[in-house]
Amino acid sequence: MSQDFRLDNVGMVNREKKISFKFNGKKYFGFEGDTIASALIANGVHLVGRSFKYHRPRGFFGVGVDEPYAILQLDRNNERDPNIRATEQEIFEGLEVKSVNCWPSVNFDIGAINNFLKMFFPAGFYYKTFMWPPSFWYKIYEPFIRMAAGFGEASIKHDKERYEHKYEYCDLLITGSGPSGLASAYAAAKNGARVILAEDKPRFGGSLLTSDVNIGNQTGVEWTEKIIAELKSMPNVTVKNRSQVFGYYDHNMLVMSERISDHLPKTQKYLPKQRLWYIRANEVLISSGSIERPLVFGNNDTPGVMLSSAAKEYMKVYGVLVGKKPLIFTNNDSGYETAIEFKKNGVNPIILDTRSNPSSDIITEAKNLNIEIKFSYVVVAAKGYKKVKSADISRISEDKRELFNIENIECDCICVSGFWTPSIHLASQSGNKSKFNEKIDAFVPDKSKQQENTIGSANGIFTLEKTIKDAFDKGFDVSNKITKKNNKVSVPTVVEKKSTDHDKFWCVPLPKGKSYKRFLDFQNDVAVSDIELALREGFRSIEHVKRYTTLGMATDQGKTSNLNGLQLVSDIENKVVPQVGHTTFRPPYTPVSIGAIVGREVGKHSKPTRKSPMHSWHEKNNAIFVDAGVWLRPRYYKQGNEGLFEASKREAKNVRQNVGVCDVTTLGKIDVKGPDAAEFLNRVYTNAWLKLPVGKARYGVMLREDGIVMDDGTTTRISENHYHMTTTTAQAANVLSHLEYYLQIVWPELNVNVVSTTEQWAGAAIAGPNSRKLLMKLFPNLDVSNEGLPFMGYKEADLFGIPAKIYRISFSGELAYEINVESDNGYFMWQKIMEVGQEFQIQPYGTEALSTLRIEMGHVAGSELDGRTIPYDASLEGLVSKKKDFIGKRSLNRSAFTSTDREKLVGVVPIDKTTSIPEGSYIVKDPKAKLPNPKLGHVSASCWSVEYDNPFSLAIIKDGKNMIGQKLFAMSPLKNKTIPVEIVSSHYVDPEGKRVRS
Amino acid sequence: MLYINCPHCGLRSQNEFAYGGDATIKRPELNKEVSDQEWDNFVYLRKSPRGKHLELWHHISGCRQWIKVERDTSTHEIFKTYKANEAIK
Ligand SMILES: [Zn+2]
Repeated sequence: MSQDFRLDNVGMVNREKKISFKFNGKKYFGFEGDTIASALIANGVHLVGRSFKYHRPRGFFGVGVDEPYAILQLDRNNERDPNIRATEQEIFEGLEVKSVNCWPSVNFDIGAINNFLKMFFPAGFYYKTFMWPPSFWYKIYEPFIRMAAGFGEASIKHDKERYEHKYEYCDLLITGSGPSGLASAYAAAKNGARVILAEDKPRFGGSLLTSDVNIGNQTGVEWTEKIIAELKSMPNVTVKNRSQVFGYYDHNMLVMSERISDHLPKTQKYLPKQRLWYIRANEVLISSGSIERPLVFGNNDTPGVMLSSAAKEYMKVYGVLVGKKPLIFTNNDSGYETAIEFKKNGVNPIILDTRSNPSSDIITEAKNLNIEIKFSYVVVAAKGYKKVKSADISRISEDKRELFNIENIECDCICVSGFWTPSIHLASQSGNKSKFNEKIDAFVPDKSKQQENTIGSANGIFTLEKTIKDAFDKGFDVSNKITKKNNKVSVPTVVEKKSTDHDKFWCVPLPKGKSYKRFLDFQNDVAVSDIELALREGFRSIEHVKRYTTLGMATDQGKTSNLNGLQLVSDIENKVVPQVGHTTFRPPYTPVSIGAIVGREVGKHSKPTRKSPMHSWHEKNNAIFVDAGVWLRPRYYKQGNEGLFEASKREAKNVRQNVGVCDVTTLGKIDVKGPDAAEFLNRVYTNAWLKLPVGKARYGVMLREDGIVMDDGTTTRISENHYHMTTTTAQAANVLSHLEYYLQIVWPELNVNVVSTTEQWAGAAIAGPNSRKLLMKLFPNLDVSNEGLPFMGYKEADLFGIPAKIYRISFSGELAYEINVESDNGYFMWQKIMEVGQEFQIQPYGTEALSTLRIEMGHVAGSELDGRTIPYDASLEGLVSKKKDFIGKRSLNRSAFTSTDREKLVGVVPIDKTTSIPEGSYIVKDPKAKLPNPKLGHVSASCWSVEYDNPFSLAIIKDGKNMIGQKLFAMSPLKNKTIPVEIVSSHYVDPEGKRVRS
Repeated sequence: MLYINCPHCGLRSQNEFAYGGDATIKRPELNKEVSDQEWDNFVYLRKSPRGKHLELWHHISGCRQWIKVERDTSTHEIFKTYKANEAIK
């Protein structure tokens, strides 16, 4: 295999292992340890995408997380992954990637016409261009933006990969394994601290991998290997590569995403694809390093223009040349290191240094290597469309305002270095207000806000000796606060080349008569001219300039662009950068996949599924289930070809004619115990509770303090100081919190305890005229006559050897009972009921029939107690005591709640007795009235009355009590229906309540 | 995510708790004449200060106790936590 740009015997990739992959359908080779970027560059490929706005050709700009250009779409194991940075993604056998934001192909992209229409895409073009006329939005603007915008396509398939979440605690989290990270981790670990060291790249070492230094008589790479090996062997240390700490949250909670399988062809069976770590750290050392700053000049976005540190890393780590005729354009000594590396590998670079006469060890070394250096020189513009072919260069005046003779020189890449920007993102996220460091023209962290310290170049320290010394000290100091072991290791000697000051110059002026685009934000195509325009148009705050121009708003969050943007704004405004300030850094530092954020909480794992003890019986008997909160409840039991409508009608009818049984295990149950239990219930419920005798149940309504109905249910006095409260399925958890609040905070003097017993009891409601006969057979030794067990009575009895509780309560309008047994006996109870009930034509009924039965008798439920109704609205005013005080009572006196024409519960029947009224329909007087049609109220629940064999609905309408008998209309704009209706009483069945008491 | 020191259980993550609002609000006594204004203040009006705030949290996935937390609403710093019946210092 020959790769034109691969160096022999240089770099850290595994030459023994060749790997083939496809880019835009074409097959290429690389080595194990290559990224897509390094492998493509080795093959001479530099054109990988198109820019966001102008669709200009895009190559590689960096070598890591700062990459603004090379964003690709990946296909792996039949899964699609958009927004992959080619500089981070390692290649594996069979990998397939393609370019994004280009159509029909990266080489010929129609959108590039935007480049010629650029007068239409100035700063704020979204706000200007797509505003008028409004009718253009759906048909023209939105489809256009959608087609042209975005990087890659998200898959709409279910993601089969597994993502995990992990919670971890440590004494010290260190974010980055460069020299400062390694040194501090080592010092802290040796001092006994529990340390997590996180590195976002596959290889540890950070800048030590590429710099020509010596630590403790070892090269940077050797020292890294030694320290990492020792850390890995220590039980108190966790060392993680491919792991990005991307967010710093409150109270020293940091979140890290670990890419476990992304570099493998396929996720292994017992491993997740990615793992999200929630790390609560006592102390954090931010050692996230720094990112090289670009220099700004004409067409500085042309493929082949890249950061000089990236060019060096491609050589030293991957053994890849980014070009064979490199031009190094620098304002500091870093560019020289890259040039020297080229030279060592047999390539002759030319250095353009903006400084007039600098001197340092590195510059001397470059001179000694006979590298051509032009001082006071700049690149005016890159030439070439899909790849740099040459550069216009010029000498520049001392004040950096004037260009002299422009000459053109051939080159195939331009490596730029505009000095270094500390990565202060995590420090800033922690709440640390940064400060501007004049010496390095960049922001560095200020005073610690949480338990964090920033070390190394992230803190603006660019000499290795000081970095290592400080990091050893910090590692010891922060660990000693925790471990107090005083175990200090000695700091190794460091040998490095001394460098000299950088030049503050960063943006090359335009030559006369030229209008080259000089880009600041490479991903969002924001050029110098866009910022200038925004300022001319009156934008001043940097936050506004950012949003108007989209500077720094791309997926790279402006890692390479922010500071130059600030420089420009301050230059134009005649301010200094700290006066302009920087925009807020927000997590995530790098994009995080949605899968990792969601973790295992997908599909049926997104919430717990609760099943009653009788669930398997329901399953065996063709129950169709419905989600009721977190519970699964039978909606109906399908027989033959029945649908929901037929089955629920049959089930409800059977309750009215014979007897039915319904699983009511899901109802909330709360034990209320203590000498003050009666007094407490009396305060919680709107009706009177002090005189309820033992062995009796009572229906109760509870309010919130604002007078709105919170919940309803029956509560039974089991013994003197013991009550069994039931709540609706949906409100069970809220009611418990509500009771605890009043007992612990408001009335701590009450001696009462509450505890949820929902899971302890299985419940079956037996309803219908045959229910007493059935009960007699289930409990032959119990007097279940109307006198022995009257309506709202309670008895404990023996059900074929198991203890059972019988409540005579009804929500169906029929003679009914509820039997509770311990959960473990639920299945047995159900079987017995079905077995014994056979002779009485028993049938199970689901939630749909349950609803029908309660609607017919006008019993309110969640659709009426919807968080907007007071007792009066739901016709529960009879339960509101006038004599005693209770939670929310005072609110009922508020004028709106006492108005006489309040909305009130009524029944609604279609005049034609056949058309069902959609739930949510409006009740109106005149269906032809001008819109918006005055609304009297809405239909809250609908059913097919099995008693009268016609549709019946409940509605809550204005002045409801005076509307009975009126002919009105139910309108459903959603279903496009207008139905003439008659308003009737909400008690459609058995209005006197004879049956329940029979 | 906040780290809340439950006086009953120790340091626990915020996701075990439910927020309960201003802890200094006192419910008017039962059976007492209360003016509309007084009642409105109790039911609806909350200060929402920037800075120190004594508030209720319910350790819902823990000991199920309501506790009082003194927290800075702008920095999230938690100064002190109290049991429901503890005197506030
Ligand atoms: Zn607790």
